[in-house]
Amino acid sequence: MNFDELKNTAKKEWKELESSNKPLLLVGNATCGHSAGSSDVLDVFRERVKKLDIDCNIIEVGCIGLCYAEPIVCIKKPSKPIICYANVTSSKAAELVDKYLLKDDLLLNYALGTIGDGEIKGLPDLFQTPVFQPQVRVILRNCGFIDPTNIKHSLANGGYAGFVKALSLEPDKIVEEIKKSGLRGRGGAGFPTWRKWQLCRDVKEKEKYLICNADEGDPGAFMNRSLLEGDPHSLIEGMLIAGFAIGAKEGYIYCRAEYPLALERLRIAIKQVQELGLLGNNILDSGFKFHIKIKEGAGAFVCGEETALIASIEGNRGMPCPRPPFPAISGLWKKPTIINNVETLASVAFILQKGADVFSRYGTKDSKGTKTFALVGKVKKTGLVEVPFGVTLRKMIYDIGGGVLKDKTFKAIQTGGPSGGCIPKDLLDIPVDYDSLKTAGTIMGSGGMVVMDENTCMVDFAKFFLDFTQKESCGKCVPCRLGTKQILEILNDITEGKGKEKDIDLLSELSETVKAGSLCGLGQTAPNPVLTTIRYFRKEYESHIKDKKCPAGVCKPLIQYSIDEVKCIGCGVCKKACPNKAISGEKKKPHKINKSKCIKCNVCFDVCKFGAVKII
Amino acid sequence: MNITIDNKKIQLKEGMSILEAALSNNIYIPHICYHPDLKPVSVCRLCMVDVKGKGLTVSCHTPIQEGMVVKTRSTEVDKVRRLSTQLLIVNNLSGKARRDQNKQNELLKIAKYVGITKEDLKRFRISKKKYAIDSSNPFFDRDMNKCVLCGICVRTCEEIERLGAIDFLFRGYDTTIGTFANKPLKESICEACGECLVRCPTDALRLKKPQNPDSKVRSTCVYCGVGCGIYLWVRNKKIVSVSGDRDNPVNRGILCVKGRFGFDFIHHPERLRSPLIKKKGKFVKASWKEALDLVAEKFSYCKSDDFAALSSAKCANEENYLMQKFTRAVMGTNNIDHCARLCHAPTVAGLVQSLGSGAMTNSISEISRAACILAIGTNTTAAHPVIALKIKEAVQNGAKLIVANPKEIDLCRHADIFLQHRPGSDVALLMGIMRVIVEKGLIDKPFIEKNCENFQAFEEALDSFDLDFVEKATDVPRKKIIEAACFYATRKPAAIFYAMGITQHTHGTDNVLATSNLALLTGNIGKPSSGVNPLRGQNNVQGACDLGALPNVYPGYQKVNDADVKEKFETAWGVSLSDKIGLTHLEISDAIYNGKIKMLYLMGENPILSEANSRHVEKALKRLEFFVAQDLFLSETAKLADVVLPAASFAEKDGTYTNTERRIQRVHKAIDPINGTKPDWWIICEIAKRLKAKGFDFTHPREIMDEIALLTPSYQGISYARIEDIGLQWPCVSSEHPGTQFLHAVKFATKNGKGKFIPLKYRAPAECPDKEYPLILTTDRSLYLFHTSTLTRRVKGLDALNPQELLNINPKDAACHGIDDGEIVQIISRRGKIKVRTKLTDICPPGVVSMTFHFSESPTNVITNSAMDPVAKIPETKVCAVQIKKLRK
Repeated sequence: MNFDELKNTAKKEWKELESSNKPLLLVGNATCGHSAGSSDVLDVFRERVKKLDIDCNIIEVGCIGLCYAEPIVCIKKPSKPIICYANVTSSKAAELVDKYLLKDDLLLNYALGTIGDGEIKGLPDLFQTPVFQPQVRVILRNCGFIDPTNIKHSLANGGYAGFVKALSLEPDKIVEEIKKSGLRGRGGAGFPTWRKWQLCRDVKEKEKYLICNADEGDPGAFMNRSLLEGDPHSLIEGMLIAGFAIGAKEGYIYCRAEYPLALERLRIAIKQVQELGLLGNNILDSGFKFHIKIKEGAGAFVCGEETALIASIEGNRGMPCPRPPFPAISGLWKKPTIINNVETLASVAFILQKGADVFSRYGTKDSKGTKTFALVGKVKKTGLVEVPFGVTLRKMIYDIGGGVLKDKTFKAIQTGGPSGGCIPKDLLDIPVDYDSLKTAGTIMGSGGMVVMDENTCMVDFAKFFLDFTQKESCGKCVPCRLGTKQILEILNDITEGKGKEKDIDLLSELSETVKAGSLCGLGQTAPNPVLTTIRYFRKEYESHIKDKKCPAGVCKPLIQYSIDEVKCIGCGVCKKACPNKAISGEKKKPHKINKSKCIKCNVCFDVCKFGAVKII
Repeated sequence: MNITIDNKKIQLKEGMSILEAALSNNIYIPHICYHPDLKPVSVCRLCMVDVKGKGLTVSCHTPIQEGMVVKTRSTEVDKVRRLSTQLLIVNNLSGKARRDQNKQNELLKIAKYVGITKEDLKRFRISKKKYAIDSSNPFFDRDMNKCVLCGICVRTCEEIERLGAIDFLFRGYDTTIGTFANKPLKESICEACGECLVRCPTDALRLKKPQNPDSKVRSTCVYCGVGCGIYLWVRNKKIVSVSGDRDNPVNRGILCVKGRFGFDFIHHPERLRSPLIKKKGKFVKASWKEALDLVAEKFSYCKSDDFAALSSAKCANEENYLMQKFTRAVMGTNNIDHCARLCHAPTVAGLVQSLGSGAMTNSISEISRAACILAIGTNTTAAHPVIALKIKEAVQNGAKLIVANPKEIDLCRHADIFLQHRPGSDVALLMGIMRVIVEKGLIDKPFIEKNCENFQAFEEALDSFDLDFVEKATDVPRKKIIEAACFYATRKPAAIFYAMGITQHTHGTDNVLATSNLALLTGNIGKPSSGVNPLRGQNNVQGACDLGALPNVYPGYQKVNDADVKEKFETAWGVSLSDKIGLTHLEISDAIYNGKIKMLYLMGENPILSEANSRHVEKALKRLEFFVAQDLFLSETAKLADVVLPAASFAEKDGTYTNTERRIQRVHKAIDPINGTKPDWWIICEIAKRLKAKGFDFTHPREIMDEIALLTPSYQGISYARIEDIGLQWPCVSSEHPGTQFLHAVKFATKNGKGKFIPLKYRAPAECPDKEYPLILTTDRSLYLFHTSTLTRRVKGLDALNPQELLNINPKDAACHGIDDGEIVQIISRRGKIKVRTKLTDICPPGVVSMTFHFSESPTNVITNSAMDPVAKIPETKVCAVQIKKLRK
């Protein structure tokens, strides 16, 4: 079969599925769905429709992005728009079958909105709600709507058309197209993708390699995972295009072993592409040969660094090497190697499918296209987000994220994971693009965004990230190995009330040295959380050191619990809950906390319904 | 290329790093992870400099560029450097160590350079991890508390040793360096060579007994035939340590474990310190005069062919020369031989026949540039460790390595093809390979036509080696044979290396000839990085052969039965000489046993452990009328002597050794002979003089070498003055001749100048396994011990690293016999039986067991076969049939 025939068969099947007179159920079953219980929900659906003999199509799909609302089930009944149901539990699933599938009760109180054509009274169009309104779906266009284990779903939605188009072009033209699109590396540093490719193309070597960096290691980041779980073919297509453009015959996907579902779906996808003759020797009779291997990483954060990643694939300990030579000149097995992030390659597929113009319509002057983010932390609607560059942080937090959890006061947002920095309230109106974030002292990174509220101690927060980078440092170079440890020890001391007067200066000195002196990107960015918190929250450091107080009430050694005699009604709940019998008091009379016995576990604070327990 | 460093304009060659450029111009840039032998990794970050237009730059990793302007210090540079240094000191130097300014610690040097004060250090938090010191290695300790993780040890093990025994472990602040599974060094694959130790810039790797020597003397290692250059370090007239000589072209400073640590025998309490005379079956101390007089008196009664001498491949060239001169000129017999008979006699016999010269054709320094290497019958990593490094280097450089060995030796880890042939099937294997080469038309026809003879007869002989037969005879699948043949014939230059696995057979000479046929067939001879390269075993076995410690030739392989030669030596020595070829090593034993030889003069040999079927040797020696043994220790053999003469060790005398690549190298006297001992050359001269012989009035070995040069054509250009620092390779035919890096460049050394193809037939080993003796025993070597261990087992650490003989046996064979790992069993051949502990290992294929012969407690040669090669008279120590008996528990 040639490609057009493949495509047409797939389209036909897809159309049949869409316009079927059987109900269609799309059950979000990516990792976020899994952890919310989607597997149970899926079982309920399957068992129940079988029991009741309902003829319907149930498809497992990837993540649509609304992690806070998982498990999500989208149901399309003939002649009705798709309705998206949120937080579907086993009992809700049963109810949906019994009431909506069997009868026609829409169960609107479980629904978030409709998707696509058609209207239902009392239900908004999901993509017009504040969560989705600022978003666009470029990279994630298929996530949540197609079966990632069925290549035909991808083909029917334009998959591999970009690659087929690329095959008809001269490799130089492909590079040109990417240049035109303005695509910059989505792994964090934002290096123009075309320039990297060009560097590699210019090396006269027969053997070249392409590596997809799917070693997503930032705490709280899951953009790549979601994409791999929801639409693995967009990555494979991107790799085929990139491989063809740079002249590589072999590609590696370096993915962490902690992503079992992503790996499984990738393996299925690769097998299917091979079976259709889109991957392997002499693809579509073009003479182009390309193979993809998966290399599972063991979870070392540093293996996201290009040279460490290469060392790991070569079977060595994942440790970075000094550059130059850059991998594009001498990388895997000492051959020219291009390493691109998952999202970069997915963008490549989009650009070749729809054209550079369509892609560059999104974004700002120097940051073209869209970017996916994992919006997490103290925000109401956590999830996977895709926005065009240039959206403000405020929009991200308050519109897409629905504001700070429990309507507390916003304090800061961390971008770029452990390598990034935090941005305070005053800067919420800066646009999200590579350069603006850099000016603010942080980085774009791969797309992690952690929102912090008033109850976050910024010293403690910096300590958290330094603890991470210190443990994840490969240990090779002195500034990173010993410098981050020293910074961490000082932060530890500060949060324990043992900070010394000159510690802030020492922290700055250490941080700047580690940045300037470290061998690889890990060390060169590791101090960012410290530097930005000192820059924006210096007073918080000072009160820890000078006043021995933690203004956010987080650092245990610096806080004490007490009971407000006026507010306490003497209900005895706290007394009962205290694990160390530190609370005493008669019924209906104000209680007291014995400070010498209090272990600061925060239980009394949590259980008091009258706000009588105070942290001072 | 012009660059400026600290306002100093410098002109340099391209390709240097900024750091190298600075250091070579005496501009110091602090560094701790850089080492000139290793690839830069720039992890210490102390060598950062300021490059105009680039800012902070790591100098060890950045190549110089035209017009570069470098500042070794700037505010930015100092900031990073100072802080990194402070962090290292806080972590790695205790207060005490910081004050100890005498310590050779790079960190202290750098601290001084950047100027670090107590106040600087006080600011930091210290929560040091405590590491237990790894003292499992007998020679040096590993103290990770002092380690700065520069990784020099890791890189040394990887890049120089290509062993990879250690690597970084864990992550972050917990990062440390250790072995696989973080076990003690001794339990790892570490070979204790100490190359990491000598490069460690801190005190993390340190000698167990640190020494502060006050002087050093250049010398040559006394163990294997590689001939590594060493320095003996002396303190208070004692040799306290050894280091590699970086200027020596053989080893470039690299040493193996024996070479670096194996010298405690010099001052060992068991050294003989007085001549001993056996009276009523017991040794009694005697004066030198008394002993020498007695020896001379006894020898004076001895009729020429009643006498035999066994010379020593451990002794210097000069001493071997004197020994054969004494035997021939004073005693009037050619009954002289030495242990080369037991190792490379077939090499001499075979290669002289085919190539005209019985020595390694090429040089050690050429190995790394070979495109293909065939290592057959050589356990190189154990027996010739430094040459093994060169082979591994060649592989790293892209060479294809073919290993042919009955056992899956360590070198196989680096091999592209491993041919595991049956012991003793070498001729079949090599002829099979050659048949493939001929059939595939891969022969070097022009070379053969121009330079060789007898090709047709050889080609006909290939008829009986079709691959069906070869496969059956060798157990090697034909696919591998074809693959090996193609590699060897197409990747040029290709070099062959072999050792005892080729020679110690009843068809040892045929084996050797098979290798020279192969080299001739493909034109892989007479060119750099090619050739036929026998790896000689003893430090001076090449020299002992060269200088005529053989029954059939005078020095320089001049035949004793050639009238012109005889006349030449009669004139030179002023005596009449015998033209009767003398007896070989085993023939001497037999002749003693049969009462034909009555007196034996033995210098530095221990045949009771080294000779095949050694019980027979022991019985023979007991029948001698008079037996003189000359040694450092009272060896198993010396115990049977009537007079024992205590000799000085190599550290106590001057002389020369000729290594495996024909390089004549100096041994310098570093200390006076240990009290009561005398150099071997002096002892021989004293005996000769007492027998009224002329031509033994030497006062220094230098004079002996001058005489050697007069009479030995290939040594004609050698004099002490020329080889004081760096040795020369023979042939060196005049005082201007630069020596010869590889042989047969213009023509072969044969009479007509042609390389000769020799047709070969396959012969099975003399003793094949049968129902009664179902297993083949083959002999092997340990890296840690040498030969009969007279020296190495007197080095505590070496003994600790390999404390006992182990019978390597395949688990399948062990299961058949119901034998466990580590069990003591009896191993029996038709000649004797010994007890030995087992080691179950896949290294040996089923049907083959192996042992070394380093241990007098389990003397392997009691059971080996003394059947001889008809030409070279070497016994077949590589193959004999044995049975294993389980001992009752």
